[in-house]
Amino acid sequence: MTTITADHHGASDHGAHDHHDADHKPAFFQRWFMSTNHKDIGTLYLIFAIIAGIIGGAISGLMRAELAEPGIQYLQAWAQMSDGPSATIDQAYHLWNVLITAHGLIMVFFMVMPAIIGGFGNWFVPIMIGAPDMAFPRMNNISFWLLIPAFALLLGSTFVPGGTGNGAGTGWTVYAPLSTSGSAGPAVDMAILSLHIAGAGSILGAINFITTILNMRAPGMTLHKMPLFVWSVLVTAFLLLLALPVLAAAITMLLTDRNFGTTFYDAAGGGDPELYQHLFWFFGHPEVYIMILPGFGIISQIVSTFSRKPVFGYLGMAYAMVAIGVVGFVVWAHHMFTTGMSVNVKMYFTAATMVIAVPTGIKIFSWIATIWGGSISFKTPMVWALGFIFLFTVGGVTGVVLANGGVDDVLHDTYYVVAHFHYVLSLGAVFSLFAGFYYWFPKMSGRMYSEFLGQLHFWVFFVGVNMLFFPMHFLGLSGMPRRYPDYPEAFAYWNKVATHGYEIMAVGVLIFLVNVFWSLLAGKKAEGNPWGEGATTLEWTLTSPPPFHQFETLPVIEDAAHH
Amino acid sequence: MATLPPSPFDRDRRNRRTMVTMSIVGLAMLGVGFASVPLYRIFCQTTGFNGTTQRAAAGVQVKEASGHLLSIRFDSNVQPGMPWQFHPETPTQTVTVGAKSMAIFIAKNMSDRPVTGSAAFNVSPSQAGAYFTKIQCFCFTQQTLQPGQEVRMPVLYYVDPKILDDPDNKDTQEITLSYTFYPVEQDRKAS
Ligand code: HEM
Ligand SMILES: [Cu+2]
Repeated sequence: MTTITADHHGASDHGAHDHHDADHKPAFFQRWFMSTNHKDIGTLYLIFAIIAGIIGGAISGLMRAELAEPGIQYLQAWAQMSDGPSATIDQAYHLWNVLITAHGLIMVFFMVMPAIIGGFGNWFVPIMIGAPDMAFPRMNNISFWLLIPAFALLLGSTFVPGGTGNGAGTGWTVYAPLSTSGSAGPAVDMAILSLHIAGAGSILGAINFITTILNMRAPGMTLHKMPLFVWSVLVTAFLLLLALPVLAAAITMLLTDRNFGTTFYDAAGGGDPELYQHLFWFFGHPEVYIMILPGFGIISQIVSTFSRKPVFGYLGMAYAMVAIGVVGFVVWAHHMFTTGMSVNVKMYFTAATMVIAVPTGIKIFSWIATIWGGSISFKTPMVWALGFIFLFTVGGVTGVVLANGGVDDVLHDTYYVVAHFHYVLSLGAVFSLFAGFYYWFPKMSGRMYSEFLGQLHFWVFFVGVNMLFFPMHFLGLSGMPRRYPDYPEAFAYWNKVATHGYEIMAVGVLIFLVNVFWSLLAGKKAEGNPWGEGATTLEWTLTSPPPFHQFETLPVIEDAAHH
Repeated sequence: MATLPPSPFDRDRRNRRTMVTMSIVGLAMLGVGFASVPLYRIFCQTTGFNGTTQRAAAGVQVKEASGHLLSIRFDSNVQPGMPWQFHPETPTQTVTVGAKSMAIFIAKNMSDRPVTGSAAFNVSPSQAGAYFTKIQCFCFTQQTLQPGQEVRMPVLYYVDPKILDDPDNKDTQEITLSYTFYPVEQDRKAS
């Protein structure tokens, strides 16, 4: 018994200045710039991700404007703004490469990852396992603040020379030799450094999450009782820890090839540019799951809450994510089918890639089984979750098509691939982000969002993104290559449709922003648990918003299931 | 007792231990990333992956597979800006699988200064790389040519008869051996 009393002190000692007032907050600068509170850091991550998402989304708007019609419409004029009035057409083409590079890197490293891991992970992992905070609150603060210089370097790189024109025009994959001998000037060095810094922050964050989840769980919260969102973040953190260092090594060698005369990726000195591709995709494929696994977790929580049932096949769901993570490390060369592999190697990577569809299928069917026979309420988060399940499945199916080495010989680097990864990311990961945002907005802000605007946002966005990305399947199947600003007349129709889809989607984003601001200012006060008996995880036992320091007395988890 | 919370002291110690373990895992993966450079080279050399050719000692004994002919095509390149002319004496040879053959390449330094080059090599189709075996090659060492100097450089090679049993190579009728000369002391900085 004495242990318990001692413990109650321990928990409240944890960073609290005032033992009697859990809601005592530090002053503004202290609170937001030197924050060690997991909820405040989560909020910072979410704000950062929304800003980065608007920038990345605006860049894709420029690209869709240029692609609306065949020929070069605006690119030359934009190049004159960026490279001076005498910008050549080659500089305009370079600007195009800069746009696709910036869009990809921003959306992956500065929007999806900060929002889904840094934002929701920070906010809800400690609460869901009954911990007062993350294991290393100060390290958590460093993780976030590393993002700022990283983002500044990436944005800054667009103003300095990067080869043919200003900015890094290498694609988000930064393949050598385009990124080495093909891109003189400091822009690519800055972009690589930006990845180093963002990666370092993510690795620190991963270590923090692993430690928190393994050691900080409340009494009774066994691994097999953890909510699936916590499971998803645990698996994601391991993927980050195992994959990001390999990227760091790969791009460090890019830097030395560029600046110190090494030839890791240069055949002239006995190196091999293809080695870079292997290293990049050894990171890159796990990376795509890093972006989607926490989304899987969010969808599981939401589907269970709004069906008022525990998740169907809880253990299967948890271990399906583990399986996806493990198998994800041995399929990377499905991104390299056209580099001249032997038939046997292709067959292996085709088969291994298809194996991933099995645990993925388990997840989809378990969500459906959870919904089946539940008493469903179609609140905004649930609608987004259903949209996710539907659209992610479409992206999974095109993934399995591309997994066939023979088929991919034809479809590689066409818009079919662009359609595939936007269905799993822009319609998959982003839908899970919006679902999670609406689900937890009342908890985070203490105010209800507008249900009407939330539903409207969903339908406008749903129509917009499908109109934007579905035609890309047709374009890819008829051979339109990706990463070009121009195309023949034959592709004009579906490109026009896609650009109109972008416009509709952009209206959806505006509705979202209006909803956020309106709700923060005038939203109804949210109860501790606005979702009713389906919401069984620990965050719903707290007030909305939760006290600045929660669980000064550690909750004890009873045997009743807590998923 | 199992349900009692751990004391904060214990927990901090466990947290630190987990952090150290995980940092070691991260550093190990960083090591794996760099170690992949030599590992990849060894992998390509032993498997012939990506058209990496094989190498054999001078006294090697191979059995000719008489009646099985292959056409060998020679391709030669110099990196743009390198002041050499470089070409094979004959563009193709027809060889018996397993028979040792010699090809001659001719290089000439067109500039008025000595230039050192090294040749990178590769065969196509890439699945033939595992069977294309070189006994002697100018590409094993660096070559220095004085101004105006012309040299004839031999390549002694054979195609391993095991190629006849490989289903991946059942359609292989021609193998292209490609060389590219790169200047050695060149400033490769990109920026
Ligand atoms: C059933 C699961 C999946 C399979 C079988 C699959 C298969 C593939 C294949 C074979 C490619 C290479 C296509 C090519 O470049 O020619 C590819 C590309 C891609 N996939 Fe998937 N995929 C799956 C799920 C996902 C998920 C869940 C994500 C992310 C959330 C994702 C993101 C991407 C991205 C970003 C690319 C393109 C990378 C690039 O070239 O820039 N995929 N996928
Ligand atoms: Cu992949």
